[in-house]
Amino acid sequence: MLAAALRRTAELAVTAIGVSVLTFLMIRLIPGDAVQVVLGANAEVTPAQIAALRAQLGLDQSVPAQYLAWLGRALHGDLGTSLWTGRPVLEEILPRAGVTAELTVLALLLAAVLAIPLGCLMATARRRWADYAIRILSIAGITMPSFWLGTLLLYGVAALAPDAQVLGWVPFREDPWGNLQRAALPVAALALPVLASLARVVRASMAEAMRQDYIRTARAKGLPRRTVVLVHALRNALLPFLTSFGIMAGYLFGGSVVIEQVFALPGLGRLMVGAIAERNYPLVQAGILLATLTFVAVNAGIDLLYAAVDPRIRRA
Amino acid sequence: MRQGNPLLWIGGALMFTLALAALLAPVLAPYAPNAQDILARLRGPSWAHLLGTDNFGRDTLSRILFGYRTLFAISATAVLGALLLGGTLGILAALRGGWPGRTVMRAMDVLFAFPIILLAIGVVAVLGPGAPSTGAAIGIVYVPIFARTLRAPTLLLRDADYVAAARTCGASGTAILLRHLLPNLSAIILVQASLSLSTAILVEASLSFLGLGTQPPTPSLGRMLAESRTYLALSPWVSVFSGAAILLASLGFNLLGDGLQDRLDPRLRGA
Repeated sequence: MLAAALRRTAELAVTAIGVSVLTFLMIRLIPGDAVQVVLGANAEVTPAQIAALRAQLGLDQSVPAQYLAWLGRALHGDLGTSLWTGRPVLEEILPRAGVTAELTVLALLLAAVLAIPLGCLMATARRRWADYAIRILSIAGITMPSFWLGTLLLYGVAALAPDAQVLGWVPFREDPWGNLQRAALPVAALALPVLASLARVVRASMAEAMRQDYIRTARAKGLPRRTVVLVHALRNALLPFLTSFGIMAGYLFGGSVVIEQVFALPGLGRLMVGAIAERNYPLVQAGILLATLTFVAVNAGIDLLYAAVDPRIRRA
Repeated sequence: MRQGNPLLWIGGALMFTLALAALLAPVLAPYAPNAQDILARLRGPSWAHLLGTDNFGRDTLSRILFGYRTLFAISATAVLGALLLGGTLGILAALRGGWPGRTVMRAMDVLFAFPIILLAIGVVAVLGPGAPSTGAAIGIVYVPIFARTLRAPTLLLRDADYVAAARTCGASGTAILLRHLLPNLSAIILVQASLSLSTAILVEASLSFLGLGTQPPTPSLGRMLAESRTYLALSPWVSVFSGAAILLASLGFNLLGDGLQDRLDPRLRGA
């Protein structure tokens, strides 16, 4: 267990360093001169301003030196300054990250809670046509564009209940009920594709688990069917479910970036899309770095959890 | 598979129809995609405009048909590029092994660590919004996926008896790759390409929706949906049909991929 955890941590460190290098290179990979691109819209630029921005973006040093200096500052919590407001990007990102995190976590919880019973129910389908109908419906759920579903939900609610507060955002601390009201539609739109995807995973692993010898043994012992399914099969079927959580979290985060536009939510996604239009590279860079490292950490946590739950992996 | 697989047929028929419609858009479309009819704005479906019109009086059906051309061209080019680059890297990493193979796969892990939309947004931020950047962004997203998908089976095939036999008979590395490995990998490639196209379509539509993809006046389904939202209360039709068009395209490729997987995976056959 310890050796596996150490190896996993080492792999994680390599991935994190790789992510930081790639994110760092982003500004250097801009075709042409990043400074010219940033200042391009403004015709009256003095050479002093160009030199100042070049120094601010760290473009006046060699690439490895730039990387090390950037990494050193990043480790001290300095991810750069917004080119337009002059404030540290971290100060702009953190208040926005809460909205995106809330949407992602709520959607993941909603999908997970519903996926287990739905997947078990789907696993009981015996007839051929029912099997195909379930597969087609779940694939339709998986491929549902959440920004379209969100738009339709918005239209439906506006038509049925014109007074409902569905747009904009109120922080949970200020008004918990108002916060959840506004989160409901975006969370529902985000959760559906993930629900369909997770339910398929539960269904497949339930079907697999039900074929195992220990299920036959449990049945032969005369245990009630409910005990066999819920205790013996489901517990084992939940392992693949757990691993797909990490992928789904990353997927949901991406979905949230888009859904924030639909519901006009002040999240990280809208901040970053706006920053691209303004060519505010330090902000885009910091947002990508922080979000990606969060997912690397989440996935590593899930791996460790997986190992803790499954003795076969723990001992391997 | 005595009765055939409905998923394969539904997915195949859907994709064949949509691809044909996109290909023949200039012939099939009742109007030019950007032709405006100021007197018929924000209309619902009618005989003159089967799927209605937008705020400029442009015909939604014609715009969807041309939008499919953009969507398929970008997604297919991106996935094909990712298959060639990622697939080659994955197969070579498996065949060569050692530290070059490990280094390549670690690099793939790093790319894979980025959430898809975030990686795509990063690439678009670097290259600037537009159709070519969207294609490059989607291509880069799928490189590690193809590398990973093709590396594992290549490792198995590399040690297969018939590959060893071919090698003993003096077959060159290229001959083994072309004659023995690729035919056995083709099923996996086909399934993965189809499933990747399904999600690539959603990524392209998301980027266009955010205004980062194809720029006006080229019709694009994601941007149609984004722009129509302003007029949602007046007329929801453009939103409804452009979103449904995105769903159908993604659904078709996913059903096709899922059906192919059943059909081509010998382990699942008859299960």
